[in-house]
Amino acid sequence: MRILVCVKRVPAPGAKINIAADGQAVDTAHLGFTTSPHEECAVEEAVRITEAHGGEVTVLTLGPVEAEEQLRYAASVGAHKLVLVPIEETDWDPQRTAAALTATISGIEADDGAFDLLLFGNESADAGGFQVGVRVAYALGRPVVNGIKGIDIADGSVTARREIDGGFEVYEVPTPAVLGVKEGINLPRYPTMKGRLASKKAEVATAGQLADVGGQERVRLHRPVEQISETIILGEGPEAAAAVVDVLEELGVLA
Amino acid sequence: MSDFPERANVVVIGAGIVGNCLVGHLARLGWTDLVLIDKGPLPNPGGSTGHASNFIFPVDHNKEMALLGEQSADQFRDMDLSVDSGGIEVARTEERMRELDRRMTSAKAWGIEAHLLTPAGVKELVPFINEDVILGGFYCPTVSVVDSLETGTTMRKEAIEKVGCQVFASTEVLDILTEDGPNPGDRTVTGVVTDKGTIEAEYVVIACGVWSNRIANMAGATIPLVPTVHQMADVGPMDILAETNNEIGYPIVRDMDTFCYERQSAGSMEVGSYGHRPILHHPDEIPSNEEAALSPTEMPFTPDDFDEQMETAIELMDMLGDAEIKYAINGLLSLTPDGMPCLGETVEVRNLWSAAAVWVKEGPGMAQVVAEWMTYGYPRVIDVHGADIARFYPSECTEDHIWSRAEESFNKVYGIVHPQEQWEGRRNLEVGPYFSRQEELGAMFFQARSWERPQWFGSNADLVDRYGLEERAVEWDNRWWSPITIGEHLNLRENCGVVDLSSFQIYELEGPGAVEYADYLAVNKVDVPVGRSIYTPWLNDDGGFHSDLTMMRMAEDRVRIVTGVFDGGRDSFWVRRRLPTDGSVSFRDITRDLTTLGLWGPNAPDVLSQMTDHDLGQDGSPYGSIIDVDLNCGGTTVPVSLFRISYVGDTGWEIYTDWENGPALWDSLMLAGADLGIRPTGGGVYGSSGRLEKGYRLMGAELESEYNPLEVGLARPKVKAADFIGKEAYLAARGRGEPEIAVCTLTVEDHADGQGRLRYMQGGNEPILTPDGDRIVDSHGRISRVTSAGPGPSVDRFLLMTHLPTELATPGTDLQVMYMNELYPVKVASTGAVFDPDDSRLKG
Repeated sequence: MRILVCVKRVPAPGAKINIAADGQAVDTAHLGFTTSPHEECAVEEAVRITEAHGGEVTVLTLGPVEAEEQLRYAASVGAHKLVLVPIEETDWDPQRTAAALTATISGIEADDGAFDLLLFGNESADAGGFQVGVRVAYALGRPVVNGIKGIDIADGSVTARREIDGGFEVYEVPTPAVLGVKEGINLPRYPTMKGRLASKKAEVATAGQLADVGGQERVRLHRPVEQISETIILGEGPEAAAAVVDVLEELGVLA
Repeated sequence: MSDFPERANVVVIGAGIVGNCLVGHLARLGWTDLVLIDKGPLPNPGGSTGHASNFIFPVDHNKEMALLGEQSADQFRDMDLSVDSGGIEVARTEERMRELDRRMTSAKAWGIEAHLLTPAGVKELVPFINEDVILGGFYCPTVSVVDSLETGTTMRKEAIEKVGCQVFASTEVLDILTEDGPNPGDRTVTGVVTDKGTIEAEYVVIACGVWSNRIANMAGATIPLVPTVHQMADVGPMDILAETNNEIGYPIVRDMDTFCYERQSAGSMEVGSYGHRPILHHPDEIPSNEEAALSPTEMPFTPDDFDEQMETAIELMDMLGDAEIKYAINGLLSLTPDGMPCLGETVEVRNLWSAAAVWVKEGPGMAQVVAEWMTYGYPRVIDVHGADIARFYPSECTEDHIWSRAEESFNKVYGIVHPQEQWEGRRNLEVGPYFSRQEELGAMFFQARSWERPQWFGSNADLVDRYGLEERAVEWDNRWWSPITIGEHLNLRENCGVVDLSSFQIYELEGPGAVEYADYLAVNKVDVPVGRSIYTPWLNDDGGFHSDLTMMRMAEDRVRIVTGVFDGGRDSFWVRRRLPTDGSVSFRDITRDLTTLGLWGPNAPDVLSQMTDHDLGQDGSPYGSIIDVDLNCGGTTVPVSLFRISYVGDTGWEIYTDWENGPALWDSLMLAGADLGIRPTGGGVYGSSGRLEKGYRLMGAELESEYNPLEVGLARPKVKAADFIGKEAYLAARGRGEPEIAVCTLTVEDHADGQGRLRYMQGGNEPILTPDGDRIVDSHGRISRVTSAGPGPSVDRFLLMTHLPTELATPGTDLQVMYMNELYPVKVASTGAVFDPDDSRLKG
């Protein structure tokens, strides 16, 4: 299997997310960065598939040069090839991103052959546009399913499971295909020390892509009003037991 | 919040290991009306305690750190929140093996069990280590792993149960309130403003770890520390660790030459590093509890900085390479400009205390220190002059200085640091008026706190040939030392030398109450005739040494205080803090107004007599007197004060003059002495060989708060009538009769080590042992150790000073000293001077 996974470098904030003064971005001063969680699972899934079926995993990102850190992280957990589309900004709008990725993927495929599977995260952790994977699939004319929590490989097709209330929808999709993966599909491994050290030596290819600005414009970010939940301490030690029982009865947990 | 207090006796800010233990210790000492607040949640408010690796290696070369570390370890043990895992410091280099010899020596000094292991011996204890990359190990079975969060909780609960300490988590300090007074320029703390309300308080203690300086700044005070990254990664799981079914089943390994440690944590290994580049943060860069992805002091990991450490860790333990990095942080801890904690009352604001820059390993002990300090006026458990926040001069409290020193010291946490090692950065902060002349003379400068002092002069290299001197055989003994210093010593004894004493810290008390107040500070009588001086101890309330210094009666209502540069900050604060509030005494720091040159040696009177017609004999300039004379300095008249005194054992003067007259005075003395053998002479003579031959005690070495004047041979036959600090305790000590110990000078009888090389002790707490090799400890637990060491060129012996039980303090008694893990025979020479014991040369 030749699998491509698209990932995004996103900030790793705490419970409180600060917004930059211009309202256009998360204030990332003193924050670390990570791979968007759905995509981290997509990389893990791709690595597992190639471990079971052979093949190679290419990880592609569009982002600032610092996003090389996320590519190397992917290498440290088993990805084989790394491609960076460097941009000046933190990110681009979904249309523009999809256009640049489409062009990049087409370029890689023209040189190295088609990918059997393109994996995206269901949505990015920061912008949450839910669009890029679908737009790339549409542009490349490939089938796409989102919300995927299980992938099985067969010759010429993949079976993808999508979580719904009370069960799964199961899709059999001909390859090449595009899947939007959701967190929970697997528990991603951590890099080993040797993996981390090897990833330092991995080659990162860069692909410069021009793309037109899309139609979606961010007006401003705003933080929703904080939901303050009240905490009542029922007591300490065995003396608290009666109060706990009262609450449980009130909730209808105890008959 | 209705139950938020409006008043409290003590508000402790910070509920980490220090703040929690502090309220516990305050409660034990009877303090009531305590409030403990923290901006984070409990039990882990998000400071450095929450991510500490929680292990204690009890052996340290520094006495305060070793004994308080041990004391802390015992407190953790007493709470049953500690496990003795054992620990091994492994060496990859020969140089480190020698450092492990030095560790063995310190272990012996402090009475801590320790063993040197072969690589195979290390492997027996740590089967997963690669013994091929190490040369040996230093194994200490009492290395312990503690539960610092639970300890904090236990101590906090004790304070709650004992005295009803009120605890408020998630309460952020917004301001510290102060008021002017009681004396002009003073400020006193009055309360704390928080986001829950304002608390008026008599005392406020800052125990906020990495945030401490920011909180202190709110009151206009400074706690000189900087939050510094210590990277740590938790890797695993590994079967061999998981099979122990234990939080810690194998000894902790410190890979000293790569500045890393490997500490088991259940099935995983914590790999921590002090080997990466120094990464410092301003407190404002630390995220809030809400903003932090993990906790505020678990900053985002920067893996590029850690890669080299990973490689060396895998070299040592191959299994680590295949283990997953589950958790990795840039953990914050506190570093200070000199590597020691910041304890005690802040010098800027009365009743505002610092309990900061304390790591888990010494947390409970340091908390006890601060609690005792607040209770008794000075800690009882141990002397902590090295951790006293008042030790810093203003130039050491600037951000530039704190950051520079932290950057330079970070990689020395596991480094091999010579006792005399000098800093590279932030030099020449304070220099004497002769500095350019001394540079031209090839002076080797040692920095004493912020002051540069020549230790020896390259221009005196010819003295090495004149006196047939040699370098020492072993590089370590030679490091930061030169035989020139012995040449300068012998020349001073034969001719004379000039010593730059510009770093003297000089203060004056003036006003109608000045003499009375000065007498209150000093054991000996200050109320002497104008123009006379006294040497005197200053004691704390318990009768132990706070300081020893010179006080001069300059006028009816004016007393000058001259103290050493290492003690200036503490002494200045001691005086100002106790100054009468009735306006009868004013305090002035005139350090920068006056400069001092020491002129000593048999030719000193002949040199000086060329510059003045004043009678310089014992009639005109008697020992201990201060006379004002005009010196003819190349045709210019320079007014000076001649203080007939000597710290080196030869006749001469401390010559005080206005700072701007210094260069002319220096030049004229050199010219006048040209044919009399005068030489610029460094601190190697003044502070070491000259002093040691005379048996003069040094504050911070032989003199500490743990000793009273009787025990160090500085008690006078009578006690003055006037009251003074520590008098009651001092009288009680005298009432108990002969002291248990005495300060002795020992001679090293044979310097040859096992390889036949001559070795020279450094004065770094090397233990003094009986002929059977046993440690010598008195009934108070005080240890006989080398407090000062240096050559005695005029007696042709190498000299050591130590405290000895009086039954051993008899000249001729044979003992041993351990140095670099080998034993050398020593002999008790004297409880006084080994050179010119009658002081005949002083008054010549």
